[in-house]
Amino acid sequence: MIGVQNLSVSFGAVQALRGVSFQAQTGSITAVLGANGAGKTTLLRTISGLIKPASGDVTFDEKTITNEPTEDIARMGVAHVPEGRGVIAEFTVEENLRLGALASKVNIAEGLERQYAQFPVLGQRRKQFAATLSGGERQMLAMGRALIANPKVLLLDEPSLGLAPLVTAELMGTIKQLCAEQSLTVLLVEQNAKSALRIADHAVVLHVGAVVADDAAAAVAADTRLRQYYLGLNEQ
Amino acid sequence: MIASIFASRILNDLLGGITAGVVIGLVALSLVLIWQSTHVLNFAQGAMAMFATYIGMTQLDHHLNYWVCALISVAAGFVLGGATERVLVRPLYGKADINPIVVMVGFLSLLEAIAAAIWSGTPRFIDPPFSSIFFQSDGAPTGLSPFALFQIIAAISVMAATALLFRFTKLGLQLRASALAPEVARLLGVRVNRLLTLGWALSTAVGAVAAVIISTGDTGLYPANMETVFIAGFIAAAIGGLESPGGALLAGVVIGVVMQFVNDYFNSGYAGFVGVILLIVSLLIRPQGLFTKNAQRRV
Repeated sequence: MIGVQNLSVSFGAVQALRGVSFQAQTGSITAVLGANGAGKTTLLRTISGLIKPASGDVTFDEKTITNEPTEDIARMGVAHVPEGRGVIAEFTVEENLRLGALASKVNIAEGLERQYAQFPVLGQRRKQFAATLSGGERQMLAMGRALIANPKVLLLDEPSLGLAPLVTAELMGTIKQLCAEQSLTVLLVEQNAKSALRIADHAVVLHVGAVVADDAAAAVAADTRLRQYYLGLNEQ
Repeated sequence: MIASIFASRILNDLLGGITAGVVIGLVALSLVLIWQSTHVLNFAQGAMAMFATYIGMTQLDHHLNYWVCALISVAAGFVLGGATERVLVRPLYGKADINPIVVMVGFLSLLEAIAAAIWSGTPRFIDPPFSSIFFQSDGAPTGLSPFALFQIIAAISVMAATALLFRFTKLGLQLRASALAPEVARLLGVRVNRLLTLGWALSTAVGAVAAVIISTGDTGLYPANMETVFIAGFIAAAIGGLESPGGALLAGVVIGVVMQFVNDYFNSGYAGFVGVILLIVSLLIRPQGLFTKNAQRRV
């Protein structure tokens, strides 16, 4: 379980998050939605310790992790797949995966086997440089690299960015399946509200740094006002 | 007969040039390692290596064996490099590029002054562990001595070991990740700060190997004894491309060989210009370095 309490973040005069509070439950997917600049990426970066908040706290399984260094938060089991995926293009697929396992106690050979079973295309391309992968393959690599260390929390920043609709649908299915199988706490940041709401259990909507809705995904999906004003979903 | 004398002169110059060039290559490699991991041009690198060599080689006074003293020098380089990163360099990350340059140039002067104060500025001559008398071939000296041969083997071994460490070990993978994508590495639990310290330590140890080689034999050990080779190594790193360890090494050898030929066929006074001319030409042709990949990095 991961939670934020009254979290505020400022960049100079700009307040990116204003007193954000919510909880993401173990074994469920919480979608974090909102327009560009709503503070979604800032929220994830603050949870993983890359940004230190002006006030408020981040908790992981009842433990306050607000002031822990990023490396330690990652080692506790919080895996953050950053926007743009953060795949290291100069590394091979296998080197990227190995890198994900090094900070954990996971047996690397077993970990690689598991990820190749989950994402067969990575196994086929294990010796290729990540630079040669397609967008969807890179997303799988970034997910595999995060999952190889057996995390408890998965923070996904815009995984559907730049992917074809069919690839996005497949990816969302994989996220849903992984969450259930490994009882992960998934925080799914998306601009693609429609895709995210399809698999999410819970949804939080941000608007210029503040929470405007925090409810079951189905309720958010059914709310005409939210759909129109904050999620950019039209009513056909 | 004349042709064979001429051929052997060319061969001898080539061997002499390679001997000098591998050491230039080591200095360049040391600079590239630091540049790649922390984007700092370490102007104090030669002085740090010199200082480490003093720490090790003055132990000869306590009747320690040459090899033990060489090992102490390299270990001192490792510690000095790590400490420098922690104390002097770390506060400068994220600041304008001019900051580390000013600090490292200052550190260079400071180290040379401290070395002169402790050990005096007079060169100290260290007997090579192998003969530096050239091998003979048909009664004529070749351009290679047993010590020169050792020098080439030692330099190439250090470079090979560095390459293997970076390419094939878990530590190397983490070091490369920390240099290429520090934020991604941290998100995967890699302790990037420690690895940056380790990168400086390793690179200064590599520099100390070069300094031990240079200080042994004719040049002698004195506070400014790395300045000439540091400039050549710096030029080699710039020509080879600061992103390419192999390119830096190759450029070092080329500079060493060209200097040797200029020394032999023209005037030793011109040799100093060689590196600068090569640098200007290479910057005109490929300002990013001859061996740097053209493509921009993408993540």
